Amino acid sequence: MSDILVSEQSAPGADGSGRPSGRLLEVDDLRVEFRTRDGVAKVINGVTYHVDAGETLAVLGESGSGKSVTAQTIMGILDMPPGFVTGGQVRFHGKDMLTMSAEERRRIRGEGIAMIFQDSLSALNPVFTVGFQIAEQFRVRRGMSRSDAKKRAIEMLDQVKIPNAKGRFSNFPHQFSGGMRQRAMIAMSLALDPEVLIADEPTTALDVTVQAQIMDLLGELQRERQMGMILITHDLGVVADVADRIAVMYAGRIVEEADVYDLYAKPAHPYTLGLLNSIPRLDEKGQQLRTIKGLPPNLMNIPPGCPFNPRCPMAQPVCRETVPPLLQIGTGRASACHFAEELVNRD
Amino acid sequence: MGRYLVRRLLQLVPVFIGTTLMIYLLVWKVPGDPFAGKCGDRGCPDNYRAMMTEKFQLDQPWFVQYATYMKNLLQGDFGTTWSGRDVGEIISTAYPNTLKLALVALIIEGVIGLTAGVLTGLRRNGFLDNLVLVSTLFLIALPVFVVGFVLQWFFGVKLGIVKPTVSNEMRISELLLPGFVLGSASMAYIARVSRTSIAENRRADYVRTAIAKGLPMRRVVGIHLLRNSLIPVVTLLGTDLGALMGGAIITEGIFGINGIGRTVLRAIVTKESATVVSIVVVLVLVYLVMNLLVDLLYAALDPRIRYE
Repeated sequence: MSDILVSEQSAPGADGSGRPSGRLLEVDDLRVEFRTRDGVAKVINGVTYHVDAGETLAVLGESGSGKSVTAQTIMGILDMPPGFVTGGQVRFHGKDMLTMSAEERRRIRGEGIAMIFQDSLSALNPVFTVGFQIAEQFRVRRGMSRSDAKKRAIEMLDQVKIPNAKGRFSNFPHQFSGGMRQRAMIAMSLALDPEVLIADEPTTALDVTVQAQIMDLLGELQRERQMGMILITHDLGVVADVADRIAVMYAGRIVEEADVYDLYAKPAHPYTLGLLNSIPRLDEKGQQLRTIKGLPPNLMNIPPGCPFNPRCPMAQPVCRETVPPLLQIGTGRASACHFAEELVNRD
Repeated sequence: MGRYLVRRLLQLVPVFIGTTLMIYLLVWKVPGDPFAGKCGDRGCPDNYRAMMTEKFQLDQPWFVQYATYMKNLLQGDFGTTWSGRDVGEIISTAYPNTLKLALVALIIEGVIGLTAGVLTGLRRNGFLDNLVLVSTLFLIALPVFVVGFVLQWFFGVKLGIVKPTVSNEMRISELLLPGFVLGSASMAYIARVSRTSIAENRRADYVRTAIAKGLPMRRVVGIHLLRNSLIPVVTLLGTDLGALMGGAIITEGIFGINGIGRTVLRAIVTKESATVVSIVVVLVLVYLVMNLLVDLLYAALDPRIRYE
């Protein structure tokens, strides 16, 4: 049933070519599927994006769009099985991580690429102190002594602005508040000074006020350390302040990629437009919230043509037949819509 | 923690009194003549009856008897047998043997059970997994005396690599086979519980975090995964410890070990009421203390468990 989809999607990089470049981290035409008892779910269908030192790429999309699975594939923490990488590359400093040895890949984790998880309570080990879990990296990866590692871990806790870092070192995760725990998580991920930080919905589990603090902290640390950051989120509000570029994902594809400013000002894909329109607005208080009609596609049976066509208000016959490739429109932006030009040139 | 400990220790007092009273009444106050069968077919002579009635206060009401027994017990006096042997001495000769056997069994079941559980939990549905599942099913299904006699015959008689019975010196090498037999069923349960526990926690978020930190797989499994998966296993080991310390009537019988299990069995058969009561009282105490230790061990393993 999944072989309805036999289209050859061309997915060039944002610069319009697929050649290897001096990029820090690039995901190139990545394809991942989940083979389950009920069938094969095509979760990632040719995702291409990159991030360079000192820039923040926000990956936006609703649940099931494949944004987290892409991140897990980059980190090498995808559950396999049921997950299978069926194509593409993940290059770090130009070297494909999917084909290197397990040991080589392990060394990149933490030092090259680190990750912050969504739910810090379950992501931290409940039976070890927060300090232990940070210091552990210095001891195992840097071969430091117990006391040196502790000193460095306290420094890290201090850097993420945890008050009384020294006293907090020997607390367990459940003794931290949600915001403090996420700070500790950040401290842990930054311990080995990674070049790329992947933050997978780092603020989803937090209060709105704490969300802002955590995002500010992340932005600050990213600028300070000139890291490349991939910020995965479904929250358009979170993105605006921190991100340089945005990649919008839908049904395992990038449907639009653009500068933050361009994307908010003139979205070039009807899905992005729908997302922006569905942000609740203060001046429309009391009115019904705007939504995107319909549901995300079943990944075991993605509709032919543009995967967004059943929900798209602009859908034309061509949308049901041909998958629109991700094409350059203007400088530094790309859209996978047959009518991207019309959208941008509206008004 | 300190207050919790005190409270738990105080709780032991009523439990201890309740259980000992029950045992005392069950053993001494069952209807019937305590002298029946004591002196062969003819019945006991009157002067013997009078002597023993006075010694065990048989003419007193039960609460006086019990109070006297408890008073002596608190002074370390476990009473004497009908023939005048010190029960405390009987216990102190038999108990070390039981402890030795229990320890060997515990180590065997812990090490083998846990290793099998971890290996199969990490890689399910493989050859080893199926082997462990089938063999543990066998060990759980077979009664101890079957496992005991079969292994004794196979290793002790057929192959002759071990002595079929244990000598009085209780060497560790002699205790390996009885220890294995005694621990076999629990070993199977431990393997299964740790297998499930490892398999469940393997996909936990914190394990993923540990991998994402770039820790070697050995450390991810041995430190992060194992510590969390051990909690249900400790429950099992804890209750088992109490059972093992209670002596193993069947295993001790098969391998001729002079332990507490065999002693209590002999005492029951020969109607040595004082011996039975005292041994069971000691076992109750051991069980209570073991339970407390296991509860405290939880807190050490899982910091989220707080005692106040």
